Amino acid sequence: MIVYADNAATTRLSPVAKKAMMPYFDEIYGNPSSLHTHGQVAAQDLKKARDTIARCLNADPREIYFTSGGSEADNQALYSAATYGEKIGKKHIISTKFEHHAVLHVLKKLEKEGFEVTLLDVHKNGIVTADEVKKAIRDDTVIVSVMYANNEIGTIQPISDIGAVCHQKGVIFHTDAVQAVGHINVDVKAQGIDMLSLSGHKFHGPKGIGALYCRKGMQLRSLIDGGFQERGKRAGTENMPAIMGMAAALREACDDMEKNSAHVTKLRDKLIDGLLKIPNSILNGDRKSRLPGNVNMCFEGIEGESLLLFLNERGIEVSSGSACTSGSLDPSHVLLAIGLPHDIAHGSLRVSLCEYNTEEEIDFMIKEVPTVVAYLRDMSPVWDELQKGERTHVIQ
Amino acid sequence: MLYSEKVMEHFTNPRNVGKMDDADGVGEVGNAVCGDIMRMYIKVKGGIITDVKFNTFGCGSAIATSSIATEMIKGRSLDDALMLTNKAVVEALDGLPTHKIHCSVLAEEAVKAAIRDYYDRNGIAYDTKRFASKDAGCHIHDIDL
Repeated sequence: MIVYADNAATTRLSPVAKKAMMPYFDEIYGNPSSLHTHGQVAAQDLKKARDTIARCLNADPREIYFTSGGSEADNQALYSAATYGEKIGKKHIISTKFEHHAVLHVLKKLEKEGFEVTLLDVHKNGIVTADEVKKAIRDDTVIVSVMYANNEIGTIQPISDIGAVCHQKGVIFHTDAVQAVGHINVDVKAQGIDMLSLSGHKFHGPKGIGALYCRKGMQLRSLIDGGFQERGKRAGTENMPAIMGMAAALREACDDMEKNSAHVTKLRDKLIDGLLKIPNSILNGDRKSRLPGNVNMCFEGIEGESLLLFLNERGIEVSSGSACTSGSLDPSHVLLAIGLPHDIAHGSLRVSLCEYNTEEEIDFMIKEVPTVVAYLRDMSPVWDELQKGERTHVIQ
Repeated sequence: MLYSEKVMEHFTNPRNVGKMDDADGVGEVGNAVCGDIMRMYIKVKGGIITDVKFNTFGCGSAIATSSIATEMIKGRSLDDALMLTNKAVVEALDGLPTHKIHCSVLAEEAVKAAIRDYYDRNGIAYDTKRFASKDAGCHIHDIDL
């Protein structure tokens, strides 16, 4: 059995999305900017895709800008706000400690350019409060950027409350909703969202495509200059197959959201309960305000990369926030942000489920994970010291 | 693939893994904060390492370097074992990704720490320079191959 449970990294293309993409490779191959028939057919379909995306977010189609993905959308949102802030003399930005690097690394750059950045604490439960956002807002704050749901621990942020606070204070509100869109209800109007980033391949659409929602009246700056595509805010011939695939995938995800969410939540809860039976294990992030498919746990005394590789040997494909899987020697900034000590953060496991996962797969994981954890603990000098009482347990 | 076949083979099938209650020397290096700890046990008879075991907390390459290092010193004289370098460990594994080189340094240092412990226990004098630490802390080590 091969269990793919790394859906927060990327998802399998849905058959519906795949079918929607196919004609745009060799049948409807026109450039939407061309005036001939092939071009105009493509332009019409591009409009339909934009309408679909807008409808799923409760936005106006003219507020949707296609990008190469979530990272580009995050970059464009933040750089646009920074340019605007520079113009009006507001150079303070608020975000959180556990944002995706597509946000954090942009903020690092902006800091070097003279912006002041406040990164809010996300507490042990992985949730920032609207009140803390409110308190952090200053006269010179230009934008608040808080992710909708965290990509590692799946915690859902109080987006509507934060949106309300930002509006009350006249500050732009951006949310990186890459993990949320297509999985939980997102309504940009009701939630007071000014800018939102999304990515196609996180909801069974294709890779290399995403979108930025930007409320009418906001100043958007182009990162790629050239032609007049995306109303002059993103040059380059539109990636038609990917756009059509993403729109089809999002429509499908939104239509089936209730059904999928119920199924995935049930699997998630079963897996969490099953894995918590492993001694000295914890669930990271709030259990209730959590994405339907996210399970993130730490097992004391073992290291995440070896856990991941052994699980892979047994046909279970998951992820870890261990240093070794990040290409650096520091464990995940998300796990450190929720207050886990380094040695515990090294031993994390992220399982991200989707509607294609089955109960049989959950049972398989509940059987295999404890075996691998026990094997690694048996090999671990840290576990040995914990057993002998030479080291104090952090996880009871 | 991140790792060579050799690394994966040692990782999935580690040699000489386990504890040794009657070890003649035990060395432990690394720390849990950095994400890897290696503990090496040796049994010595007439200046020869007759048995060796290891316990490791760490990533795939930490387990693989521990495993191959035990193979490389088993049956060898203490003097030979002290000549083991992290470079030799990396070569024996058909290479390691750059950010994993520090695991090979840990393996070399674990072997040395175990031998040093054996010397200390038995009151054998040694040249401390041979045990100079490469500071295998949370750093990314580079290697010339």
